[in-house]
Amino acid sequence: MGVLELSGVGVRYGAREALSGIDLVVPEGQVLSLLGPSGGGKTSLLRVIAGLEPASAGTLRFDGRELTDVPPHERGFGLMFQDYALFPHLDVAGNVGFGLRMAAWPAHRVRARVAEMLELVGLPGAEARSVGRLSGGEQQRVALARALAPSPRLLMLDEPMGSLDRALRERLPLELRGIFERLGITVVYVTHDQEEAFSVADRTVILRGGRVEADGTPEMLWGQPPTEFVARFLGFRNVAPGVWQEAGIDTPWGRLSMADPRGTAEPAGDDAAASVTTEGRIELTVVLRPEALSVAAGGPISGMVTARRFRGDHVLITVAVADAPDLELELRGAPLPAVGDAVSLAVDPRGVILIPG
Amino acid sequence: MSRRAALLLAAPPIVFLAVFFAWPVASILAAGLFPNGQLDVRGLVATWTQPWALRTVAFTLALAIGSTLLTLAAGMPAAWVFARFEFRGRRLLRALSIVPFVLPTVVVGAAFLALLGPRSPVNAALAGLLGPSAPVLRLDGTIWAVLLANVFYNVAVVLRLVGGLWSHLDPRTEEAARMLGASPWRAFREVTWPLLRPAVMSAASIVFLFTVTSFGIVLVLGGPGQSTLEVEIYRQTAVLLDLPAAAALSVLQIGGIFTLLLLYARSQERLAVEGALRPAAEMARPPRTRRERLAVGGTLLGLGLLIGLPLLVLVERSFAGIGGYSLDAYRSLFSVSARSALFVPPARAIADSLVFATATLLIAGCLGLLAALVIGYRRGWLPRTFDAVVMLPLGTSAVTIGFGFIIALDQPPLDLRTSVLLIPIAHALIALPFVVRAVAPVIRAIDPRLREAAAVLGASPSRVWRAIDGPIVARAALVGAGFAFAVSLGEFGATLFIARPDTPTVPVAIYRLLNLPGGTNFSQAMAMSTILMVMTAASVLLIERFRGSGPQPF
Repeated sequence: MGVLELSGVGVRYGAREALSGIDLVVPEGQVLSLLGPSGGGKTSLLRVIAGLEPASAGTLRFDGRELTDVPPHERGFGLMFQDYALFPHLDVAGNVGFGLRMAAWPAHRVRARVAEMLELVGLPGAEARSVGRLSGGEQQRVALARALAPSPRLLMLDEPMGSLDRALRERLPLELRGIFERLGITVVYVTHDQEEAFSVADRTVILRGGRVEADGTPEMLWGQPPTEFVARFLGFRNVAPGVWQEAGIDTPWGRLSMADPRGTAEPAGDDAAASVTTEGRIELTVVLRPEALSVAAGGPISGMVTARRFRGDHVLITVAVADAPDLELELRGAPLPAVGDAVSLAVDPRGVILIPG
Repeated sequence: MSRRAALLLAAPPIVFLAVFFAWPVASILAAGLFPNGQLDVRGLVATWTQPWALRTVAFTLALAIGSTLLTLAAGMPAAWVFARFEFRGRRLLRALSIVPFVLPTVVVGAAFLALLGPRSPVNAALAGLLGPSAPVLRLDGTIWAVLLANVFYNVAVVLRLVGGLWSHLDPRTEEAARMLGASPWRAFREVTWPLLRPAVMSAASIVFLFTVTSFGIVLVLGGPGQSTLEVEIYRQTAVLLDLPAAAALSVLQIGGIFTLLLLYARSQERLAVEGALRPAAEMARPPRTRRERLAVGGTLLGLGLLIGLPLLVLVERSFAGIGGYSLDAYRSLFSVSARSALFVPPARAIADSLVFATATLLIAGCLGLLAALVIGYRRGWLPRTFDAVVMLPLGTSAVTIGFGFIIALDQPPLDLRTSVLLIPIAHALIALPFVVRAVAPVIRAIDPRLREAAAVLGASPSRVWRAIDGPIVARAALVGAGFAFAVSLGEFGATLFIARPDTPTVPVAIYRLLNLPGGTNFSQAMAMSTILMVMTAASVLLIERFRGSGPQPF
């Protein structure tokens, strides 16, 4: 078993409400990522689950057992801290074996388990090394081994990639994912980086201002962000208010012809109808994916190129449109417009996201 | 700075130290080890093995060990509270908790005499409640008064050293231990304690060193038979006029302290643990649970009582007269009464003390600045050795210095016995390490990129010095001079040996007043102590304002 249930959980620091009304069920073996801007309450939620912070409201259960009066050292959870919080006075083996010694394992079993854990995280034979001399990536592995060694019922990770360089940040989430799958462990993974969250997790919860803003699989959230905040947080920049009426959408960039958003695929959410102000008129947030835009003579949007950024496999073009927010589009291959060129843009309707409200 | 310039700058402080430190200390050693011009330790050993000498050594060590343990017991919880919790008035309380450490020993002695002696308001309250048959609290003359005063005096050392490190320890290492199954106590023992141990050990060593040389407090508060080595050296010199015995004890004292300092330096090298330090601001948080609030409140209350009560009672007693509160004690400072312990109006002592302190400020300020320039700007073993030599007076007890002055500077070519200059010279010697510590680290901490930036912007080398180093060094020198002033105001041990009867400093005057019976003398002592406390506090506050956020000398 390993089911974590939160209902109505809140945390206050004096007058400030860090978390409120958090309802969440994490089934056994699920890897859940908590995503959100800093100050969104991610770390507070993690600390409440760990028992390092008292909840000021609500209840937490693990496998049906109420956690409120269980002190952190009796919860049997693992927590990997931001910046790892390794014990500087102990060597690698002392760090990894710490939880086992707390559980009064005999020394020879501790040694065997430490070796096994170091093997698992890819640092075999590192037992006698001093933690002060480890690189960032090695420290992260030791911290993970330390958290995993006592076989926690739930593993929590707080910004584990926080201080690593870019190459590691791209490689390690996959390794972590592999380890989680092998162990079949329930995981709560906190990060502010959406790419990391999506590559590690089965499911992502986005926190904003201490509340749940969105909850779904990475594919769902990416394909159809439920709110404007989520769309902007995920990195979409062509976002503006729009109005659907008569088989098209009026946006600040001009009119885009579209099917009825209540019809075919777009937009999700049953409350779309609630936004209908008058017959056949719906207020929406319109998101244009950068790859949905292309340069095409006679396109419906016209503007001027103000910036061009080389991004390796594509070039990011910024286009200023009169009386509207700038648009960003990704172009692959020549010909590329130069800064200062007037361009017309076409929109692929499949790359338009409509968010009700 | 060239080698020649460094030698020129270093010459005045070296000459000063040679004449007024090395020569007196050598004289003591010579008097003890070479009584008749030849090495002969029989006299030393004979003195050391006298029962009274053995008792003195045993009492000195026992007092120091007891004081150190009690100071740790009082200081550790407070260090924890200040390191881990954020609460209203935290900064103010932290600043106030340092106050005892800068107070002159005589003031501390007087304050505890006021609180624990026969004239304590506690006794007045008891008598008021229970009538004339009320029990009388009298802890003066007992070891408890001395122990309490030592704790009061040194708790700031633990707060600064242990609390300082603790506030930089990442609480998450302890939380990590909790998550791995350690109970709160186990997490402290396995994680926090090993990381804290170097600071605890160095605080304990420093408190031990301070209390093993404690003089003023024992002299004022201790009873008959309670004599530390320091007090005994003074008694043999000034009361029994047995200079060979005093020299024998001094040799023991110098040797003992030298050994302690060596051990301390060795242990510091061994104990250092690297890593896991974080900016303190991220660590403190308000107490959350009821238990935490109780712990924080209780600790602060205890600390407040320990530090606040003696000082409040001191001030209260200075105003308490026969018929209620008045300024009588303060007014009487301006006259010489027939039964007074002093040959001059006590107010004269205040004026004299200010003159001595100003002279000390000038002497120690100039010499210290010269030494600090060499130590700050030159690299290599020679300046490092010079640094260690300049620090020596700090490790030497004031009584050794006073006694050394008496036996070394009493004959031509240097017969200064009757010169009033002797007092500021002794004070400057004691203050010199403080000045150097205030200035040299600041010079070393100047970011060389600042100078490079100025040079790249077109400043000539001398212009760079005036623009970048000059203001920083001047400010640090002012801080150092302020320390010298404060040290001089409070210095007691050495002054007691060398002050002439007609020019007592304030601490000496207070001691003489406390030694005599009579309510007037007592009230005057309280009034003088209050004045000295205010003067010291004012100079320290002034220093703090100047100091800003540079490296701290301690």
